[in-house]
Amino acid sequence: MMEINMGPQHPSTHGVLRLELTLDGETVVDVRPVIGYLHRGVEKLSENKIYVMIPPLCDRLDYVASGSQNLGYIQAVEMLAGIEVPERARYVRTILAELNRISSHLVWLGTHALDIGAMTVFFYCFREREMILDMFESFCGARLTTNMFRVGGLLDDLPPGWTAACRHFIDLFPSRIKEYEGLLTTNRIWLERTKGVGYISAEDCISWGVTGPMLRASGVNYDIRKTEPYAAYDRMEFDIPTHKDGDTYARYLVRLEELRQSTRIIRQALDTIPEGEIRAPKLKTRMKAPVGEVYHEIEGPRGVQGFYLVSDGGEKPYRCHFRSPSFVNLAAIGDMSRGGLVADIVAIIGTIDIVLGDCDR
Amino acid sequence: MTMDQVVVNVVIPAVKIAVVLGIVSGGVAYLTLLERKVLGFMQLRLAPRRVGPRGLLQPIADGIKLLLKEDVMPQGADRALFLLAPVLAIIPAFASLAVLPFASEPFTIFGYTITPYITDVNIGVLYILSITSLGIFGISLGGWASNSKYSLLGSLRSAAQMISYEVPLGLSIIGVLMLSGTASMVGIVEAQRNAGLWFFVPQIVGLFCFFVAAVAETNRLPFDLPEAEAELVAGYQTEYAGMKFAFFMMAEYTAMIVVASVCTTLWLGGWMRPFPNIEGLAFLDWLNFIHPALSGVFWFAMKALFVLYVYIWLRGTFPRYRYDQLMRIGWKWLLPLSLLNVLATGVWLVLR
Repeated sequence: MMEINMGPQHPSTHGVLRLELTLDGETVVDVRPVIGYLHRGVEKLSENKIYVMIPPLCDRLDYVASGSQNLGYIQAVEMLAGIEVPERARYVRTILAELNRISSHLVWLGTHALDIGAMTVFFYCFREREMILDMFESFCGARLTTNMFRVGGLLDDLPPGWTAACRHFIDLFPSRIKEYEGLLTTNRIWLERTKGVGYISAEDCISWGVTGPMLRASGVNYDIRKTEPYAAYDRMEFDIPTHKDGDTYARYLVRLEELRQSTRIIRQALDTIPEGEIRAPKLKTRMKAPVGEVYHEIEGPRGVQGFYLVSDGGEKPYRCHFRSPSFVNLAAIGDMSRGGLVADIVAIIGTIDIVLGDCDR
Repeated sequence: MTMDQVVVNVVIPAVKIAVVLGIVSGGVAYLTLLERKVLGFMQLRLAPRRVGPRGLLQPIADGIKLLLKEDVMPQGADRALFLLAPVLAIIPAFASLAVLPFASEPFTIFGYTITPYITDVNIGVLYILSITSLGIFGISLGGWASNSKYSLLGSLRSAAQMISYEVPLGLSIIGVLMLSGTASMVGIVEAQRNAGLWFFVPQIVGLFCFFVAAVAETNRLPFDLPEAEAELVAGYQTEYAGMKFAFFMMAEYTAMIVVASVCTTLWLGGWMRPFPNIEGLAFLDWLNFIHPALSGVFWFAMKALFVLYVYIWLRGTFPRYRYDQLMRIGWKWLLPLSLLNVLATGVWLVLR
């Protein structure tokens, strides 16, 4: 038996995750994740800020999918304060959230493949991600921590030419997905490295609270965009990809299909987006929310992102809590990797798709 | 000893060794650049281009950086073995260059006839097999002496891997030896000329087995488990820095060059131009106007470069195998396949 520390400084622990491994030769006997290296106390910080100052903090939870974080928090505030969002803003939010899902999945695919040794996929993925980040930049000026939505709608309408750039991207993207698939989907080595690795059953997923593509790859058809639609998702037609195998390969296929479905959603939203206002009228910067509490969930790229806000009637939240999918999904790593080999751990970290900022908050 | 004997037995071999070592060391440095350039081309990026014109001086900059780097000795390391390991890794890699026939036509300088290879022994192939397999000592000792668990895991992996792949590596060559009837590297190329075709035609299975096993022997993707950076940080070389690290890298790249040269010699016709028996293609030996040996070296280098390109190509395309899968491929696929190849070659030799 050998105890070995994987991380916090390690090439494939995606940030500052630390895993205490117990190995018997190459076989993994036990895995204990140690987290908290990136804890910044975002929840406590939020209690000292007025409502509109919190979105930039939310951006830094899951910095790979900052748009989703933003959307979830802002919708929670809107629910708390009873603000109606104009229709056009809802559509723009949907488009940007889906673009964010694509860029987040591209980061996942690139790093996951890189961990398993396929170097080139990483560069292909980042080529397309670059296009999305450019679109974010032209919309809101930031690329990563975008802070692109405002309570009550949007700061600005889509800039001129943005729609054309977005259409160009979604026309191009399906052929690019084929390129990734050409390198991986039927590659024997990829199949051997991912099939049957990191299996988790639907029952285990539910009892661990695992959500998102991991849950769907185990055969549970659950997606907040369908069950409790927010933004403009109830007007969109899209499928929720599921798979029954529950292994790393199934999660790979599910996420790739999500890329296609996101493209489909964006295309529909661009086609049907109404003209009109982009912001609810008469909102004060130092807004006050009525006494009460709200818990709002959205479907982020990694799973269910929950935002819990308690208001005591003041202009700052009395208490904030964020449910982060990375944290919950990571908890299942022990069950997924016991009995596997060291190399499987790397594949499993990749397939859980953690962002440590999200995990440690 | 007369003056003549001293020149023939000492001076000429020494000069030849110096020339080959110099060229191969330079080749190793530029092989790293070639790898980065080719990978960059495959991966939509530019690769190094800051140092010198189009990045051509990058290997020199890398070399200087490694020379000037602080030499770190990890706590609790076995001092002697830690220092010895990189040397043990690089000596066999360089030693195996001795029997590679870069060209055949001897040339004359100051009345001495000089062959364009260091030596030709009648067991050249066996010599290369045995010498290169010594390289494992450097790797496993380096991993052991580092006093690090990642290094130890890496060196254990490479020990198992290299020992397993020695077997198909040796067996895959036997087909060629049976066809040529000699184990001398020069003799094998001559046999290909006499046979009228390069041995990769009848021995394509052998070439395949050899190449796969050799990729595993040299720890390259998709078999680079000993230094799998995603799992073991850098495997056996995790704790090495500066010139000691450079020695490991040079050993790896020299081994790649040796493998490419062996592929060239045994299967791809060595120094011969394509279709050496067809007079009409003689213009392909365009360097003959200087000396025939030069066009031999040219074609040898071209073929070796092609094999090296395939190496880099693999790295750009494939994910990494897992440890158990690697072992399974070695013992359950390559070994039977190379044995079948030996059997089939034997049957064909008896029946023809």
